[in-house]
Amino acid sequence: MDVLVCLKRVPLAGGTLILTPDSRDIETKHLGFGISPHEENAVEAGVQLVEQMNGTLTLLTLGPSDAEEQLRSQLAIGATRAVLIETDGQEWDPQGTAAALVEAINADETNFDLIIFGAESADSAGYQIHIRVAHALNRPIITNVKSMKVENGVVSCERVVANGREHYEAPLPAIVTVRDGLNIPRYPSVPGRMQARKKFVDLKKADPRTPKLEKVTLALAPSKDKGAEILGKGTEAVPALVEVLKQIGAF
Amino acid sequence: MILVLIDHDRGEIDPLSLRALTAARKLSHEVEAVAIGSEGASLAGIVGEYGATALHVATHSSIIDYTPMASGRALKDLVEKLKPAAVLAAGSPRGNEQLAHLSAFLDIPMAAECSEITLGSPHHVLRARWAGNLIESAFVHSDLLVATILGFSIEAQTTGGEPATVVSFEPSLHPADTVVRILSRDSGESKGGVTLNDAKVIVSGGRGVGGAEGFGKLEELAELLGGTVGCSRVVTSSGWRPHAEQVGQTGTKVAPDLYIAAGISGAMQHIAGMKNSKTIVVINTDPEAPILRYADYAIIGDLHQIIPALTSAIRQAKG
Repeated sequence: MDVLVCLKRVPLAGGTLILTPDSRDIETKHLGFGISPHEENAVEAGVQLVEQMNGTLTLLTLGPSDAEEQLRSQLAIGATRAVLIETDGQEWDPQGTAAALVEAINADETNFDLIIFGAESADSAGYQIHIRVAHALNRPIITNVKSMKVENGVVSCERVVANGREHYEAPLPAIVTVRDGLNIPRYPSVPGRMQARKKFVDLKKADPRTPKLEKVTLALAPSKDKGAEILGKGTEAVPALVEVLKQIGAF
Repeated sequence: MILVLIDHDRGEIDPLSLRALTAARKLSHEVEAVAIGSEGASLAGIVGEYGATALHVATHSSIIDYTPMASGRALKDLVEKLKPAAVLAAGSPRGNEQLAHLSAFLDIPMAAECSEITLGSPHHVLRARWAGNLIESAFVHSDLLVATILGFSIEAQTTGGEPATVVSFEPSLHPADTVVRILSRDSGESKGGVTLNDAKVIVSGGRGVGGAEGFGKLEELAELLGGTVGCSRVVTSSGWRPHAEQVGQTGTKVAPDLYIAAGISGAMQHIAGMKNSKTIVVINTDPEAPILRYADYAIIGDLHQIIPALTSAIRQAKG
């Protein structure tokens, strides 16, 4: 079983975003970086599959050379090797990104049985790269998966919707996108971190294409700053809150 | 003409699709709708009422239930026949997925989660990023615009129109288009209690709760108010509560009448999932916690003292 997980380096923004002076990007001077939330579950799923069925787990990302940091930290979780398609640090549009991923997947010596993506990136959330990759590779794709198992060459998945669960299956080789809640991602062990330093990260260069979905600027969404009314400190403020809850008809 | 994909679950319309119809009406008076699967024909009345003159229904023996790649193929066939200026759908998981298949078949761009659209050459959109915290202004370079509409950016408006004329067509499906489809369903984890989706009151806990056992206090308050317990991502990733209770971008998006956030600092992914709540009450030791910006009322202090005091005060007040 050879698994590929696609990742994206994103800033770890807390509660507030600040933009760069040209309003084209998030100011990341004071921010750390990680991967998108659902992707931690994707890596964990890949590690578990390889533990159960043997084989390899490869990581693939498109991003600046600094994205090696995210690859190394996920290699420490238990991936075998990684591929970094290096850009000049500019953001690529979904079509360009998908095409570069497809090229790297086709060029790789491994024929991946299963390719896993996170359901959406934390930053751009374009909801399409995985589908474009599936079309280009001619593979079935199941999206937004909350539980998954692989048996007899078939990946069997569940998607959680408002009124229950839907069951899907696809023959391998296939592509799935997974959601947070699929599993509980493990933390890297100390030996894992040590080994990750020595694992192989294959660097590829790629030339940007003219974007068809062309970002012009970013703006902060209008803040719905309600200016919370502070009812007080500690349990002394409880009667005031009871009054509020009574007024809004909470009981 | 603007073509709008009407998503439905075995004939039951996704109300967000009506918002997409209203978004289409803002671009043109010529709006037509498309539904995938024969059960979609039953929606002619409602799509007409919201401004579509025709309802194209993709009918095929292999389309029995949701089959996303087949939807993409059917949309491609219809687009090639009708040549609309734009194809819109709701910015829902299904809307995004089906239009992404269409864009992949046509190898053209797609703009997801748009709050504003201006047709032109190139087209221009405003679209949500970072869980709705950022708005991107972008050009879309293609003749046909493919875009989905951000859920709460527009209210559906009826036009009082006549039922749409139903036009059935059979898409030219390839075998690969129908490999992935819903094989079966079950009605989920319903324990007979109130779920996050339909709770009027949610008492939500974060890192400040400190551990699984601390949630007992929150459960008691939630029960007293006829609501349910929610939590932030750190709580589920620590294994304190099940993922089904997680509120936020990667959990459930909620909009109850009352949302009590206890010990939650307010990462933007959490805010994205609860900011549409009617009344938000925050209980937090940190007067600078980002979540306070979204709150209506707040108590600064330790939830471990405040929640039990609140529970007993409400009990008393109820008599």
